[in-house]
Amino acid sequence: MSNLVKIENGVAALANDDWTLVKLPEAQTEERIQAGKVVLFKLTGESTITEEQIANTVIPATGKIIVPLSVFVERNAELESRIANGEVGVWLATHELLEYLIQQQADLNVLPIIAVFVERFADGRIFSIGTLLRTRYGFKNELRAFGDVLRDQLFFLKRSGFTSFMVRQDRSAQEAIASLNDFSKPYQGAVDEPQPVFKRYNRGV
Amino acid sequence: MYKYDEIDQQIVDERVAQYRDQVRRYLAGELSEDEFRPLRLQNGLYIQRHAPMLRIAVPYGMLSSKQLRKLGDIAQKYDRSYGHFSTRQNLQLNWPKLEDTPDILAELATVQMHAIQTSGNCIRNITTDQFVGIAPDEVIDPRAMAEIIRQWSTFHPEFALLPRKFKIAVSGTKQDRAIVQAHDIGLEFYTDNNNNVAVKVWVGGGLGRTPILGSVIREHLDWQHALTYCEAIIRVYNLHGRRDNMYKARIKILTKALGINEFRNQVEAEWTHLKDGPNTITEAELARVAKHFDPMPYENLSAHDASFDAAIASNPAFAAWVKRCVHVHKQPGYRAVTLSLKPHGQAPGDITSEQMWAVADLADEFSFGELRSSHEQNLILADVKLADLYKLWEKARAQGLATPNIGLLTDIICCPGGDFCSLANAKSIPIAQAIQMQFDDLDYLHDIGDIELNISGCMNACGHHHVGHIGILGVDKDGSEWYQVSIGGKQGNDASLGSVIGRAFSAEEMPGVIQKLIEVYIQQRTPEERFIDTVRRIGAPPFKAHVYAKNEVAA
Repeated sequence: MSNLVKIENGVAALANDDWTLVKLPEAQTEERIQAGKVVLFKLTGESTITEEQIANTVIPATGKIIVPLSVFVERNAELESRIANGEVGVWLATHELLEYLIQQQADLNVLPIIAVFVERFADGRIFSIGTLLRTRYGFKNELRAFGDVLRDQLFFLKRSGFTSFMVRQDRSAQEAIASLNDFSKPYQGAVDEPQPVFKRYNRGV
Repeated sequence: MYKYDEIDQQIVDERVAQYRDQVRRYLAGELSEDEFRPLRLQNGLYIQRHAPMLRIAVPYGMLSSKQLRKLGDIAQKYDRSYGHFSTRQNLQLNWPKLEDTPDILAELATVQMHAIQTSGNCIRNITTDQFVGIAPDEVIDPRAMAEIIRQWSTFHPEFALLPRKFKIAVSGTKQDRAIVQAHDIGLEFYTDNNNNVAVKVWVGGGLGRTPILGSVIREHLDWQHALTYCEAIIRVYNLHGRRDNMYKARIKILTKALGINEFRNQVEAEWTHLKDGPNTITEAELARVAKHFDPMPYENLSAHDASFDAAIASNPAFAAWVKRCVHVHKQPGYRAVTLSLKPHGQAPGDITSEQMWAVADLADEFSFGELRSSHEQNLILADVKLADLYKLWEKARAQGLATPNIGLLTDIICCPGGDFCSLANAKSIPIAQAIQMQFDDLDYLHDIGDIELNISGCMNACGHHHVGHIGILGVDKDGSEWYQVSIGGKQGNDASLGSVIGRAFSAEEMPGVIQKLIEVYIQQRTPEERFIDTVRRIGAPPFKAHVYAKNEVAA
């Protein structure tokens, strides 16, 4: 059974997942050494994903697929017609740079879905990535969080522009839905409600 | 002070419900230890050596008598009838039961209090100067901005899980008393050449394992943009701060790695997108919040009071207290009073339930029902009439709250240390107590004069040891507790970080070491010099020579 929660027309409910997630093959090198070292990564220009991994990624011949950002960029020619048919989405990890995606695909709304992989609950980069995709790059379609996604992130993810949540397999997605409404009148403006509370309500003088 | 409206109240009430359910899921085994940790931390709950510790937020140090009374009740009902004021102006309970914490939060919510974001990798309690609003040298009262920042940072979705904790301080005085340079972001409010309120923005300061004073990222920012500019800074940090090593995860490491100029370029580039956006503060919102901080309904008083002058002349003990614990006020005939939580031989910053109730009564009787906590871990009654000081002193003294040692050697800033905290390498409270007993002679203390001694039980530096004129750091050497001593640190506009004088000492040696440092000062000082001035003038070598002299003879 799918553990996917989806917000549609303002209502959150369990949903079937009609996308196939395409994964990179395991790296030869120990990838964890690099994971999260974003400063070093940026300063040294080192990539955590090898050419070999990208070349060896198995892309299903048919159906709706979400491909890794590196594959989307490096093997874009192979995907061209399927992208035009709305069969291709992109996923990225939290240390990957959105600029890399934009350079390849200026109009993100060609993509029916963008998914962001969060390896650890405590990795809050996902919130900035969601916010930038919505506010800076004008992405309007489904924005999904997957990976170490637990109910206590859901409220923040929703406020950061995410509209679907693949809750970790060992937890109840149904129960997680409740947390989307943990707070009724948040203080600050964010993606889902750009105006701060002092512009939404008359709080007296 | 700020009073909640329905929206504020609803948020803390909903937080209680959310947290209660998180605790329920944890106890039911639906959340693992690792999964519960970030959740409980963002509610101020640590798991410590003996019991959990709960840190209750005191936003920018402001408390009402009603709130303090409730804190006294809570400490009595759920703890061992005492609490501890921390260097972030918050109150910590050392012995609550995990199962009781949702009820404690529910009780706090009834007096418009909470424990939101008092720990964890998020934006922490906003701190400021304890004399805010009443200090004669104040240019801008920053409390309204502090409250606006508090609301903005509460459950900020984008910054809910930062690489590391994030501390913001605000100040509005010429003489900085909020240590803005030792914060992740320091906002220094001032009046610019056009007579508008502006902000000088500091970034990348912090104590801890790698002490660094902040750099100015922007000299002039219009106040309306305070939130969006903070968003730009924190977004760059959230995306690019290190997450692989918690000791390298503070924003200060990122600003050093990139250099302040490159960091500034990135922040400014981000800000071009956010500037004038929805989170821009409006005149109306500032005015609404500022109304809560209107001046108290002061009486028109003479700048002098005959009964006060007479008491000073006839009672040396009262005069000594006034000299150390009573502070200037911008309103004629009024003074601010520090109630010392540093009686000699007790844990600095500790206060019993009974004392909390007594201070609440004093606040009602003498100071419009409000008080403040300071980062030096004392309590302040900010608006006391000159003519009331003697009566207040007698009542405070009866409660053990009138030790005339504010700003003196025994007014020690001290973290809970190894007696309570599971992070600590060494105990800190017994060191503070031993030093207080060594210097128990008040005349001697007054002769030594203004000095700041700060003690941390580990390099996380909760006791701010780097900016103490004398700093003491507990270290672990092969499983035993040792203490490293530094001199020359200072808070304020001319802030500096202390330097270590040499090899570490055992706990028993510590009072003697401090004694020797003081001896050098007494010998070398010019009539007007404070300890820190002498250290800056003559440097560390004479101090080192005297402290380590015995060892050299023995060798």
